[in-house]
Amino acid sequence: MTLKAETIQAIRTAAHHHGGAKAAMLEALKLVQAAEGWVSDAHLAEAAATLGVTTAELDSLATFYSHIFRSPVGEMVILLCDGLSCYLNGADDVRDAVQQKLGIRFGETTPDGKFTLLNVCCIGGCDRAPAALLGPDRKLVGPLSADQLDQLIEDAR
Amino acid sequence: MTATPLTGRARPDRSPHSFAEWQRLGGYDALRRALKELSPDDLVSLVEASGLRGRGGAGFLTGTKWKLMRKAAAAAGEGPRYLCVNGDEMEPGSFKDRLLLEALPHQLIEGAMLAAYAIGATEVILLVRDAYRAGAAALNRAIVEIESAGLLGSNILGSGFSLTMRVHGSAGRYIVGEETALISAIEGDRPVPRARPPYPAQSGLWGRPTIVNNVETLSCVPLIVQHGADWFRGLSRTEEGGTKLYGVSGRVNRPMLIEAPMGTTARELIERCGGIRDGRRLRAFQPGGGATAFLEQAELDVPMDFGHLKKAGSALGTGALIVLDETSCPVASIARHARFYARESCGLCTPCRDGLPWVSKLLDQLEAGQGTAATLELLQMHVDLASPSGRSFCDLMTGAMTPVRSGLERFADVFAAHLAGRCPVGRA
Amino acid sequence: MTVKITIDGRTIEAKDGEDLLAVCLANGIDIPYFCWHGALGSAGACRQCAVRVYGGPDDTVGKIVMSCMTPVSDGLRVSVADQEASNFRARVIEWLMINHPHDCPVCEEAGSCHLQDMTIATGHHSRRYQFDKRTHRNQDLGPLLTHEMNRCIACYRCTRFYRDYAGGRDLDAFGSHGNVYFGRAEDGVLESPFAGNLAEVCPTGVFNDKGWSQHYARKWDMKATPSICPHCAVGCNLFVAERGGQVRRVQNRYHSALNGYFLCDRGRFGPLHVVSERRLTAPRRGNAALSDHDAINAAQQLIAAGAIGIGSPRASLEANAALRRLVGPERFFAGVSDVEARLTRRMAELLRARPSQIASLSEIERCDAVLVLGEQLTDSAPRMALALRQASRGAERELAAQKGVHQWLDQAVRVAGEGRRSPIMLATPLPDSTLDPVATLALRRDPLQVAALGHAVAAALAGRNEDRDASDIARTLRAAKRPLIIAGSGLGLADTVEAAAAIAVALGGDAKIALIAPEANSFGLALLSGDGIEAATAALRRGPARHVIVLENDLFERAPRASVEQLLGAADEVIAFDSLDNETTQRANLVLPVASFSEQAGSYVNYEGRAQRFFAAVPPSADVPASWRRLAALGAGPFTALDQLIDAIIAERPELAGLKGAAPEASCQCAHGHGTRTPRPLSGRTADDRAGRDPAATPPPDPDSALGFGMEGSRGRELPPALLTGYETHGLHSANAVTRFVEEINGPLRGGDPGARLFGPEGGAVSQALPPVAIEGEGLLLLPLPDVFSGTETSRASAVLAARAPAPRLLLHPDDAERLGLAAGDAVLINGEPCAARLTIEPSLARGMVALSAGTLAPRGPLRRVRVEAAR
Ligand SMILES: Cc1cc2nc3c(=O)[nH]c(=O)nc-3n(C[C@H](O)[C@H](O)[C@H](O)COP(=O)(O)O)c2cc1C
Ligand code: SF4
Ligand code: FES
Repeated sequence: MTLKAETIQAIRTAAHHHGGAKAAMLEALKLVQAAEGWVSDAHLAEAAATLGVTTAELDSLATFYSHIFRSPVGEMVILLCDGLSCYLNGADDVRDAVQQKLGIRFGETTPDGKFTLLNVCCIGGCDRAPAALLGPDRKLVGPLSADQLDQLIEDAR
Repeated sequence: MTATPLTGRARPDRSPHSFAEWQRLGGYDALRRALKELSPDDLVSLVEASGLRGRGGAGFLTGTKWKLMRKAAAAAGEGPRYLCVNGDEMEPGSFKDRLLLEALPHQLIEGAMLAAYAIGATEVILLVRDAYRAGAAALNRAIVEIESAGLLGSNILGSGFSLTMRVHGSAGRYIVGEETALISAIEGDRPVPRARPPYPAQSGLWGRPTIVNNVETLSCVPLIVQHGADWFRGLSRTEEGGTKLYGVSGRVNRPMLIEAPMGTTARELIERCGGIRDGRRLRAFQPGGGATAFLEQAELDVPMDFGHLKKAGSALGTGALIVLDETSCPVASIARHARFYARESCGLCTPCRDGLPWVSKLLDQLEAGQGTAATLELLQMHVDLASPSGRSFCDLMTGAMTPVRSGLERFADVFAAHLAGRCPVGRA
Repeated sequence: MTVKITIDGRTIEAKDGEDLLAVCLANGIDIPYFCWHGALGSAGACRQCAVRVYGGPDDTVGKIVMSCMTPVSDGLRVSVADQEASNFRARVIEWLMINHPHDCPVCEEAGSCHLQDMTIATGHHSRRYQFDKRTHRNQDLGPLLTHEMNRCIACYRCTRFYRDYAGGRDLDAFGSHGNVYFGRAEDGVLESPFAGNLAEVCPTGVFNDKGWSQHYARKWDMKATPSICPHCAVGCNLFVAERGGQVRRVQNRYHSALNGYFLCDRGRFGPLHVVSERRLTAPRRGNAALSDHDAINAAQQLIAAGAIGIGSPRASLEANAALRRLVGPERFFAGVSDVEARLTRRMAELLRARPSQIASLSEIERCDAVLVLGEQLTDSAPRMALALRQASRGAERELAAQKGVHQWLDQAVRVAGEGRRSPIMLATPLPDSTLDPVATLALRRDPLQVAALGHAVAAALAGRNEDRDASDIARTLRAAKRPLIIAGSGLGLADTVEAAAAIAVALGGDAKIALIAPEANSFGLALLSGDGIEAATAALRRGPARHVIVLENDLFERAPRASVEQLLGAADEVIAFDSLDNETTQRANLVLPVASFSEQAGSYVNYEGRAQRFFAAVPPSADVPASWRRLAALGAGPFTALDQLIDAIIAERPELAGLKGAAPEASCQCAHGHGTRTPRPLSGRTADDRAGRDPAATPPPDPDSALGFGMEGSRGRELPPALLTGYETHGLHSANAVTRFVEEINGPLRGGDPGARLFGPEGGAVSQALPPVAIEGEGLLLLPLPDVFSGTETSRASAVLAARAPAPRLLLHPDDAERLGLAAGDAVLINGEPCAARLTIEPSLARGMVALSAGTLAPRGPLRRVRVEAAR
């Protein structure tokens, strides 16, 4: 499984735009993730080779950032906020409901490969608490009730 | 002029203006004026006179910061200088920069350009957190627009001033917002804080003089240039200039972002949010985000600015007012924060990397009703050890201990009650 | 500028701006620390080194700061004893121990563990953390190092050394928050040839010496002896540790002018050749074993009948001198090619003429422009390559200093320096993995072109118009305040050395030079004069001597096969004294086993002309004595102790008088009489009493050093620097304790760094340059590749290192391969003989050459041409 030609090209462009391979490492990871959903070992190595950095150097960054996924994720990633404002507005109930609905816990992917559920820190949606980010565009949704999230999941299915 | 000069032009649906639309609203007038009429020193003095304080949390006088940079930069000789715009906004409870990024990208960009002009920066890098994809997209679009309008590049408007600008998208880590970590992040290093001194103004991005400013701070600058320092000061109810974006969340009826005069009180803000949820009683509030100390009923009328809140034992921080009502358990709340800070530690220094997970587990233990006297002792120990600045490498740990410290002080009874295995508060 | 500060009432003088932790450590005030390191500077990560400092004279409150991040200034008041500071330090340890597995009983590091020392020092002793520990999965990092990540305390020293200091790029920090991980992206061999230093850089047991781990002994059960690396001309200082008569591991022995805190992996793991299966243990005649008595008788008869002696650059100066005494100066020859023998003598002569120009490694680190002529430093003198990497940072350090950044704030210096590099200019046939990444100019040239370039640079310095490269290099060297030129015998060509000397002379002033000889004692051998083995063959043919004594030398390694065959063919009988079985001993008629470097005392003379003494790390055995003892018994002289032999050498060669100063004599008395190799924290007399024996009761004698093997005697700071057996002082048992043994941090050992420079300040005469030697053969120029892991005879005999060594390599430039109709992977004939390695095409090689792994595929020798063709 190799990276798409346009991903490789985009990584090269990023290296130019960011003023060097090193400064473009995170962008390269994001490009890989945008194209492939997550960053596999093979793709990481390919991106590193494209930039002329080592896999260790690229993985050092990849494993630092919480939004770079180094294991497979579902088609839709649900980033559920576990910050205080969301908690104060019932985020735990939403969490319990969605976990039950999908039959997975945080960090897991549904067996059909559709959904991955992750807990994340405050997503800057406190005025819409409890809030979540959905999908590759990190679309902010909220305030969520358990029912609403149900609906969103149904729609996504 | 409206009472909300900073956000008044934002559309209700938050869709950003095009360059043409924004120009019709007076956009880039300040830049044109400054490039024609003001020397960089004039601009620095103007911003200093306006009393604008950094909105990223520390509240340092922006003009003074720029002035110091101009001085420090002299020693660095010829070469590039940088302005980094801090759009990381990951402090729990903060959601103010989101609006400015999404709905008012041109205002921020103009502010950044003015700042760059003032400090002699040659490149602006706007760092935006990953959760704000819409904001980053709006900025990217706006940059392309002004590039084609000739407002970016070399010799802008024939002024001799040259500048480039780009967006650096982050990927989710709170520590990226710490200014030296942000510089590491842009360089492609692990976003770990760097030692100070040397200060970024002396040796920042790629070793060159650098200023890091918050999104809200910079968004204020065009207004100051447009309407003057006195006008800006006049917006405020206190000594500190301007309006402030207060983000009110938690147990209020309508959590929202409010632009109000600097020094507006928590009571007013809560009222504007429709009061406490379901008419309940206030238990406490954090006036400036997760890393600020709790205040209670008695402090509802403290003017919310840097000076007054500091005197009251807390801080304005990012102006993110988090409200706890009588049904909100302080122990559980602080435990949420602790989990956050423990998870967001960069892992460089021992107190934070190894201490915070312990604190977090101790609080979880209490919340679960499994604490003992030793749990409280250990929590207090962490507070005593790590609260003073300078114990950890950067202020993440210091900030993380603030709610724990003030929680132990203010809610000693609630903490004690948890030892009996029972939360005395009960959930809403 | 010197400032005065007070620490808990005591007044101390320090350099303005130095970091407070270093000042304290240098003054014997122990503050616990982890991330700080003398060579790596301050990082401020561990937060272990807290002290209280007071602002002005009126400040009674003060504040807690990290001493490693605090520059000292005049009048600074400090309290280390402060209650709050010391409590903070204890709690930092408690934090660090939260996830630590408390596995000291099964941890290699225990007993010499900085974490243990610091834990005890801070007084943290009871565990209050009750939750689950974070656990990591370990990696297989190859044959040299173990990996046990659960012991990690995240001081970031490993990556700061491996990446920042040594330039490795395959080790890194992963993850974040309480879950940081130090390792590789995936399992696999750590690529850097300096990786072994991680075992000492790591203050706990994450990285350890794998060979030692597999033949493990506790630090306090091992005896450590000062020694010298026998693996290249740099002469790094070592500790060799043994238990039960077996060498277990090698560690760095600090020397401020040379290796500092770090070794290369050849130096660290190569010495384990002394426990090789190839060790010779009994005399042999043909294939038949014979008794020592018979063997000596047989040797005596052959010598009486007339024998010439062939010395060795891997044998000690004393052993070579003993052989020379035995056979007489006219019958003593260097065990290398004539060309190499003359070249190393010439190098010694050039250095002796201007000893002030010789660059120590610490001086190399401070040079501000460097030209390397022909030497593949990472392979031939690896530790010097590491020093050059530090030199390349000079420009960045200078810019950072202009910006007011303290030099010890290493990370800030890297940033403030804006990536500036001091000029490091390489003209070499092959890429250099350590230096190419920092080189400002990397010219790939064949050996003849390298020499020509060198002469052109010298000419350009003399004002003549030369080609652009030469003029640029000359200009850069001329503009430097402290230029350095490095050359050596690596190309088998005198011309590069002559050019280097001419450049140094032309630069004059503070210009420095380093001339790399092929082996640890090449200069020692050169000082005893003697031509090489071609001359030896001629002498044999002339008669009357008909037999050959070969001293600790596989000749097939050091001279072209044809020369060696001629020598062996001309001899009636060959007597070999060696510790390792090799092709030469296989071909010898009579073989007498002798001690390896770790079983005897002796001296090597390094590239600086510094004589350095090593001592027996394991008790010498009567059956396998030092070769000089055998030679003495055979008639070299009535010597029963090394000092007697040294006296005799000096009597004969007064110019070697300095040799005596390399180390104190065996009669040297310390505070408690002799020194001892036994460490302080003894587990009691019985610890050494295995199976009812009590060797400690009658420690084996060692007439060749002032160090004993017994439990009694002086240790630690009571010993003179050349006799140090370790750095432990009360409470400090790890390599970090070296701070208690130096005059100042990174400065010389108290009493001066050991070793004696043989080239005195008076200088010497320089004779005519060596005339050019005709290049023999036809075809491509042959370059023997001295691989850092496998390039020497002894390093290949170390099983640990052999597991790390690459397969032998045969390299051609693509253009040459194409011309010869060869493709990658082809089998190849060299001068008609099949080559054991298949062809590798290497675009970064200079054209017109073939590179062959030294030792395994090609012997050293003069520059020559070989026919390369496809094997059909
Ligand atoms: C742990 C930590 C996180 C921070 N996060 C942010 C952030 O997300 N956004 C921000 O503007 N400032 C943040 N800051 C403050 C910055 O370090 C810096 O002071 C600020 O960006 C300066 O801008 P200002 O002068 O305009 O306020 C953070 C500081 C710390 C210690
Ligand atoms: S306090 Fe230390 S570990 Fe925590 S974020 Fe700052 S530097 Fe990193
Ligand atoms: S030694 Fe000072 S913080 Fe680590």
